[in-house]
Amino acid sequence: MSTINTIQDLTNREYKWGFVTSVEEDKLPKGLNEDIIRLISAKKGEPEFMLDWRLKAYRHWDSLEKSHADPKWANVKFGPIDYQNIVYYSAPKKKPSLKSLEEIDPEVLRTYDRLGIPLVEQQRLAGVAVDAVFDSVSVATTFKEKLAEAGVIFCSFSEAVQNHPELVKKYLGSVVPYTDNFFASLNSAVFSDGSFVYVPKGVRCPMELSTYFRINAAETGQFERTLIIAEEGAYVSYLEGCTAPIRDEHQLHAAVVELVALENATIKYSTVQNWYPGDKEGRGGIYNFVTKRGKCAGPNSKISWTQVETGSAITWKYPSCILLGDNSVGEFYSVALTNNYQQADTGTKMIHIGKNTTSTVVSKGISAGHGQNTYRGMVKIQKGARGARNYTQCDSLLIGDKCGAHTFPYIEVQNSSARMEHEASTSKIGEDQIFYLRQRGLSAEEAVSMIINGFCRQVFRELPMEFAVEAQKLLSISLEGSVG
Amino acid sequence: MATAATERLRNYLEAFHTHGANEAGRPAWLRGLCERGFARFCEVGFPTTRQEDWRFTNVNAIAQTPFQLARDARLSGAIYGDTLEACRIPGAACQLVFVNGRFAPELSDLSGLPPGVRVGSLAQAIAQDGGLEAHLGRYVNIERDSFCALNTAFIDDGAYVYLPRRTVLEAPICFLFISIPGDDPEMTNPRTLIVAEDATEASIVEDYVSLGSGVFFSNAVTELVAGEDAVISHYLIEREDRQAFNVSTLRTQQARSANVSSHSVLLGGGLVRNNVHPVLGGEGGECLINGLFIGNGSQHMDNYMLVEHASPHCSSRQFYNGILDGHSHGVFHGRIIVHKDAQKTDAKQTNRNLLLSDDAQIDTKPQLEIYADDVKCTHGATIGQVDEHALFYMRSRGIEEASARGLLLLAFANECLERMKCRPVRDYLQDLVQGWLPGTSTPAGADAVRAGEAARRWEEVG
Repeated sequence: MSTINTIQDLTNREYKWGFVTSVEEDKLPKGLNEDIIRLISAKKGEPEFMLDWRLKAYRHWDSLEKSHADPKWANVKFGPIDYQNIVYYSAPKKKPSLKSLEEIDPEVLRTYDRLGIPLVEQQRLAGVAVDAVFDSVSVATTFKEKLAEAGVIFCSFSEAVQNHPELVKKYLGSVVPYTDNFFASLNSAVFSDGSFVYVPKGVRCPMELSTYFRINAAETGQFERTLIIAEEGAYVSYLEGCTAPIRDEHQLHAAVVELVALENATIKYSTVQNWYPGDKEGRGGIYNFVTKRGKCAGPNSKISWTQVETGSAITWKYPSCILLGDNSVGEFYSVALTNNYQQADTGTKMIHIGKNTTSTVVSKGISAGHGQNTYRGMVKIQKGARGARNYTQCDSLLIGDKCGAHTFPYIEVQNSSARMEHEASTSKIGEDQIFYLRQRGLSAEEAVSMIINGFCRQVFRELPMEFAVEAQKLLSISLEGSVG
Repeated sequence: MATAATERLRNYLEAFHTHGANEAGRPAWLRGLCERGFARFCEVGFPTTRQEDWRFTNVNAIAQTPFQLARDARLSGAIYGDTLEACRIPGAACQLVFVNGRFAPELSDLSGLPPGVRVGSLAQAIAQDGGLEAHLGRYVNIERDSFCALNTAFIDDGAYVYLPRRTVLEAPICFLFISIPGDDPEMTNPRTLIVAEDATEASIVEDYVSLGSGVFFSNAVTELVAGEDAVISHYLIEREDRQAFNVSTLRTQQARSANVSSHSVLLGGGLVRNNVHPVLGGEGGECLINGLFIGNGSQHMDNYMLVEHASPHCSSRQFYNGILDGHSHGVFHGRIIVHKDAQKTDAKQTNRNLLLSDDAQIDTKPQLEIYADDVKCTHGATIGQVDEHALFYMRSRGIEEASARGLLLLAFANECLERMKCRPVRDYLQDLVQGWLPGTSTPAGADAVRAGEAARRWEEVG
């Protein structure tokens, strides 16, 4: 009995990033139409090609919306979203262009301090450069100069549009076209900011890059877009984190991430997603509908996705790899946790096109409370992908008798030289495992946390060190009170 | 497009009217059942690949063909002599022969049955027995599957088995469904009902073969009800002509501690869909789903498994092996659903596939859907080739490559055959499968040859 109680206590801890920052906001009116898009584009002073692209995306999205073609196949339930009742652009009021940190609204700076992401460079862990995105805009990017020395461009998307339009024009939409899916179209039309990374030929990015996303304003949606390009032989490791305040209504977050890895390049993309998950009765929380995709365009390139998904009321995301170049490698490591009334439908797509391409998928799902956790993944080995290889493992852990864990893998093989393995298991934390650990002097809580950490270790060890520690802590907090 | 669809439905409407007129003397409940089935079928029509359950199988070829109800082709026994002999499983308790979906008593052998056991034609059973109402059509879900709705609309004949309490039958009960394609595309909707009372034991074989070549559509539905402690195994052999369409559905309902196994061996047919849907409705039930599919040419073989754990303490095992050569396309869709109260469920699912040619394709979709927490569920799927090391080992010991390859394939197929408990059926299938494996002593096109022979015999006599 005591085990169950401890476990329940453990899941009931509060969301501690739920505070609101009061800053003056520069908001556009609610709703979405071509004028709003023109306004967003004008506010950002974008060149003509961006506006055209946004409008094309909007028209496509509008036709989808009119024909009610929003995706319904995912194993998640939510009421209809009123897309006209969302603010598509909100930014803290600021002076025309920020030259240094001193010019940022001190309230915003304080927010990041409270979140544990100080933007003052001296205080940061030496090895990480941060781009901080607050509602619809990027407020600061640290270590820019140091990175520029190495030739790495790391800036907000708006700056990239201004300063490197040729790169943006070349790669924007090259991996996730604006027609890709309902939410990607919406994002393409209204995206406000995000991060842009360009690592030139042969450069190994000298530090970890990171973006911290914060939703603050009420009734807004966050639509950011990240584009990472690694030229021949380049290497970059990128991490994103996210939080939002506690609010009773749902907020929409529809992001798009595009990665392009050219010959011999490696991109490592890690996410620790901790959007506000809603309260214990399932009120409020973020709808996290994200399209992430990487293209291994050149031979021997590699893209590795690692994600720890603990927040959001609903998570709908499938970081994918298109393995186009010969010998390219795709990896996907994921821990997804659903507690209370959270729902997650997440997984990956590995599309093998080039010869001798390999992919690894390791997915760990943990469901507690009334949480519903779904792994949905596709491994497709096309005819030309001779010698392709895939290994997939997806395990689920059930905590409590009201939650659900589901696995929907799709495996499509059109090539006789391909080898692929898939295995999955679902089980609960064994009484005997807890008993064993308690017998050795661990409290029930420690025992549970140890078992869960063991369960997720394969994924955590893929995370950059500092974040691995954070992720472990996050997991134990998100799980408080749910192991049985 | 819409007019074409209506046109095709009219085809079925006419068939439904002739079917209804012939069966005017049937009980009201059955007429109601057929009408419900037909109404549902008209409502939804044939599935498309946009539907999740049919994602990898396009049934357009069936939807586009104007099928007529199969004509009565029961002729004297002499014509079938050799074919029948070849399809007879030595040691069977009885063999019922159905020609184009109709029971042919003169070709059947019912002599070896113990008293009390009823094995016969469903049409006769309906005419004699009101007791069928309690079971027929009660288990198959016509809402979910329009092929089941179509079959239900055209319930006519098929096999009926009733095993009274404590019956133990060691020898298998065999049903042979012979399709004889005519000049125009024809369809049959054989319906089988198996009611096994408490503590019974039996093996039942459904065998589908073609006589001659041509477009033919068999849309079979079998309902199997297993009482408490019953041990029932069901075998499906599909070896029709390459132009044949075959959609078969096995729906089993298991009571407490019942043990049901379903074994499928798919060898023939052009477009084959094999649905197996057991519901573990009583505590302590066990269920084994075992299958082998060997595709070649342009065959399409779709295996759709849906295992529902509706009670606690049940266990289920699924094993499917596929061997695909030529341009064949294999599909495995395995889904385990564990309902909320089905605690202590133990479910396993394994799908292994060998791809022998670059043009062959396999799509596999093993799924777990779990709403209870105290469960042990796993699934696994692999796709690969014949192990080069094993081949090398055998060649280094003087076995030529072709035979070595054949041996490995045979061993792979045997994994499935060895799970079959009923000795006579297993022995029969081992011989049969060997002939269908690519690269074994009998050429890969054995079915075509055999079908050709059968056709010739048919001409000689007729």
